[in-house]
Amino acid sequence: MSSETKQILTTDGIPLEVSLKKAERRNKIKAFLLVAPLLLFLIITYVFPIGDMLMRSVDDKMVTEMLPKTFKAMEKWDGKELPEEEVFEAFYLDFRQLVDEKREGKLSTQLNYTKNGFKSIIKKLRRKSKSFEEGNYKEQIMAVHKRWADVEYWKAIKRRAPAFTGQKYLKGMDMYKNENGEIVSVEEDRRIHRILWLRTLEIAFFVTLFCFLMAYPIAHLLATLPMKYSNLLMICVLLPFWTSLLVRTASWMILLQQQGVVNDFFVGIGLVADDARPEMMYNKTGTYVAMTQILLPFMVLPLYSVMKTISPSLMRAGKSLGGTPIVAFWKVYFPLTIPGIGAGCLLCFILAIGYYITPALVGGASGTLISNQIAFHMKSTLDWSFASAMGLMLLSGVLVIYWLYNKIVGIDNIKLG
Amino acid sequence: MNKEFVKFDKVDKSYDGKTLVVKDLQLDIEEGEFVTMLGPSGSGKTTCLMMLAGFETPTHGEIYLDGKAISSIPPHKRGIGMVFQNYALFPHMTVYENLAFPLRVRKIPKDEADKKIDKALSMVSLQGFADRMPGQLSGGQQQRVAVARSLVFDPQLVLMDEPLGALDKNLRESMQYEIKHIHESIGVTVVYVTHDQSEALTMSNRIAVFNDGKVQQLSSPDELYEKPVNSFVAEFIGENNTFAGEVSDISGGKCKVKVANTEILANPISVKGKGEKTKISLRPERALINPSDKMDNIHSGKIEEVIYHGDHTRVRINLLGNNEFILKVPNSSANMDIKLGKDIKIGWNSDDARALDPK
Repeated sequence: MSSETKQILTTDGIPLEVSLKKAERRNKIKAFLLVAPLLLFLIITYVFPIGDMLMRSVDDKMVTEMLPKTFKAMEKWDGKELPEEEVFEAFYLDFRQLVDEKREGKLSTQLNYTKNGFKSIIKKLRRKSKSFEEGNYKEQIMAVHKRWADVEYWKAIKRRAPAFTGQKYLKGMDMYKNENGEIVSVEEDRRIHRILWLRTLEIAFFVTLFCFLMAYPIAHLLATLPMKYSNLLMICVLLPFWTSLLVRTASWMILLQQQGVVNDFFVGIGLVADDARPEMMYNKTGTYVAMTQILLPFMVLPLYSVMKTISPSLMRAGKSLGGTPIVAFWKVYFPLTIPGIGAGCLLCFILAIGYYITPALVGGASGTLISNQIAFHMKSTLDWSFASAMGLMLLSGVLVIYWLYNKIVGIDNIKLG
Repeated sequence: MNKEFVKFDKVDKSYDGKTLVVKDLQLDIEEGEFVTMLGPSGSGKTTCLMMLAGFETPTHGEIYLDGKAISSIPPHKRGIGMVFQNYALFPHMTVYENLAFPLRVRKIPKDEADKKIDKALSMVSLQGFADRMPGQLSGGQQQRVAVARSLVFDPQLVLMDEPLGALDKNLRESMQYEIKHIHESIGVTVVYVTHDQSEALTMSNRIAVFNDGKVQQLSSPDELYEKPVNSFVAEFIGENNTFAGEVSDISGGKCKVKVANTEILANPISVKGKGEKTKISLRPERALINPSDKMDNIHSGKIEEVIYHGDHTRVRINLLGNNEFILKVPNSSANMDIKLGKDIKIGWNSDDARALDPK
């Protein structure tokens, strides 16, 4: 507002802006109250769990809390030679406390994660420490096992001092911090996570591609057919969508197994020999087939909603101006469907990258994804912090894809319906 | 000039195999002509245009363009320019790219194409708009771009499918003149489809009035208005007063028609003999109040309604049992005594009263 403009007053003499704010405040409060339940719900069900997951993935307080005196005493230790007596003493006191509380087993598990060989020497220490005499704990502890006299093991304990750690993330990438604090990869034959990440990306990419190739003609048909046919086709697209995921996956199992319907058909028409039925399940093929079918509607619907808005006269214009049907399609129709392609691909890819049930049921060993590994750590190894770390890595991967998409195509170009 | 530049030869078109949308269409269009297909919606005019453009195929019959049968030629090989109802500009291309599209697919070198685009844009006075996107243009400007695009590759024939339908009244009128002038200056053959009769009358060399899948009349605008050949055309074009009656006598190029206990002298167009039913058509401006004695039809009626229109007054009169008889009276001081409920005398020449089919 320029300085010359007079402040406009209402008839009551209140400045117009103030009056306007007052008049709108009521509506703003109303609007906020209307969204408040959902906001609250989202905070409880989304923001808190993600925050909790983040905390859990970097949380390393367990050992920190079990050995408080030790870590305090270790602050002065340079970490090169064996530590001084006071560290040993502090460790002994912490350890006695844990033994009294029967928690030394957990400590041995945790320290064993950091360095192999802790389990047995902690067991031994528990037995021997009952008969320890007061004073000169350094010698007494070192006498329990020669590893207690090895500086490497004390270094390993010190590495657990911080309350937070990124080591779960490193583990998710098949890497770890070695004794010298360098980040290195694990041995070649133990790199399982990298393979899983790459496989997840690969399967998500190809499932998205297959979905796109199949959905584009369907969506085009849906958008151009007369109403009575397109409604029927739409129901055909949506019917599987409304069917339970588990039911659909199970029906793929019936179809694809070696004694299944598809194989029977192949044998029936003589395409394959009865004793050479191809394995179409419990491998990547099964995952590809089932996931493509299940994610297809997520590609069809955005494409359809975009194609519906493209006037048929544009293609006609392209042709009447001399473009062959292919040129008219490629130069006129296709560019206009890009927002739908972007939305559909992004949706499919993001859903595929975190897919769980279908690969778990039909994927077998070679067709499982990173999400199955996350579930494995949550249910079987109970290493929740590692599962959280991988979950967050997956989430940030999705965010990176989203960001890339925004950079390349522009997110406001997206059209979901 | 080729008299049969475009020729529809006994063309039928049916979409469902049960009803004919276009029936036995016979239509010749001269080279360089501006022909309008005019008719109510569903009369088959757009279908004809689409068949000419190649987006629909005739169910029966053949269409010839410059002597060649074109039914089996796909649209992109016909070389016909087309302006669509909603312009159909490519929304993801600039104005320049839109105009360059037909030139690129024809592999015309860039410098030559640029010249053509410049020329086309200046023709519709849109120089300097080449880099705009269609979404940044007003409706009228988009419309001009569409016209420029349909002409930029120098087609022999341009089809326009209700191109001005989406514009407001003032813009529509100025665009009518603009398109007409473009047609006159470059001499391209134009087939124009509209349901707006004033548009058709303003722009065309000839108008084909469509109804019920048939061309009812194909003639110049003045002839269409002054000499409609049937009741439909008389009703559809302009305002029309009608009297339904029965021919009581026919001789010497005149006929007497019995209407509400009196007889009207009329011009027999589609009546042949006595006793035939007919409908008489009379344009409002051809009937006069205070008629001179020379007029051979003089009747009196009661003024039912008077509506002031600025330059003229519309007077509705109950005349010979027709309660909807309309008169257009110029607003001059001589006619100031038109009052509601008054009885007045009205007269017209029998030549202007055309006895048509009863319909």
